[in-house]
Amino acid sequence: MFNQSQLDGIDHIIQANLIESGLDNVIFLDMAGNAIAKHDNGKTQLDSIAFAALAAGNFAAVDAMAKLVGETEFSLLFHKGEKSSIHFSKVTDDTLLIAMFNKDISLGLVRLKVAETIDGIKKILTENA
Amino acid sequence: MALINVKTKEVQIKIVYYGPGRGGKTTNLEYINETYRNQIKTEMVSLKTQDDRTLFFDFLPFDVGQIKGFDITIQLYTVPGQVKYNATRRLVLRGVDGIVFVADVQKEQRKKNIDSLNQLYENLESYNLDLFNIPLVMQYNKIDLKKTPVPLLASNIMQKDLNSMLRVPAFEASALNGGNVIATLKKIISMTLASIQDQIF
Repeated sequence: MFNQSQLDGIDHIIQANLIESGLDNVIFLDMAGNAIAKHDNGKTQLDSIAFAALAAGNFAAVDAMAKLVGETEFSLLFHKGEKSSIHFSKVTDDTLLIAMFNKDISLGLVRLKVAETIDGIKKILTENA
Repeated sequence: MALINVKTKEVQIKIVYYGPGRGGKTTNLEYINETYRNQIKTEMVSLKTQDDRTLFFDFLPFDVGQIKGFDITIQLYTVPGQVKYNATRRLVLRGVDGIVFVADVQKEQRKKNIDSLNQLYENLESYNLDLFNIPLVMQYNKIDLKKTPVPLLASNIMQKDLNSMLRVPAFEASALNGGNVIATLKKIISMTLASIQDQIF
């Protein structure tokens, strides 16, 4: 279970690093498909509960495929759409970060910002445990 | 394991309907979805094959109100029942808090019920969970077939096959007509809430 200061810290870092950089939606979730933190830019309507369940399932399936081909994990997944794209990354063994963004933002920027955010979240989870 | 968010005061609980293929797991969720449509914020998600068999899972979240200031959301999942999908069945069990084992009362399904329960035991072990310690309800489904010539297993046989050691609550049910679907659901919710109450309160 995450404590109040961890949740505050995670909310802050997602908002400051990702939403303010122009991403549409960000969900931090556990591997069982439960959303822990949800943020958006106020312009999108996403069924985040169903999305988190599907995202966890998707990541779990790809993770199982990685093991079948002898990889420890595929720690990053990316789905590109015409208008919006989705970037998945593993944060810890039990958590995932999903970032949705539109075509105005480059994948490079998203990857950079997501990497910074993951480092930040890991630090929060270790320091405030 | 249930997700308890102290900041948003939310508790998310994962209940998985498990059992052999074509046993009525998805039909249970479809009945619940129809019955509690007003309490369900989202559409039921079904990942299925072209011939309507569950490929990965069905997913149905709904709110059951507040307990001590926490909003409780129940997330119902089914697993794919077909034998070949065990890898995906195991994935769906990750983070499970409570299980409904949906068994098929048709005589010809007897071995499949037992095999599926044994596999559930093994699959839970891979997450360091013990079938004997997790909230579990048995549902003996398709009791409506009593009106047809299809040979069925008597309740005492089902109990002996599946529940003689586990000794968990069991319901005869008809997922198709809704018989005991809600009773099963209420039982697993109350058992699961009881099992996690120490963590929340």
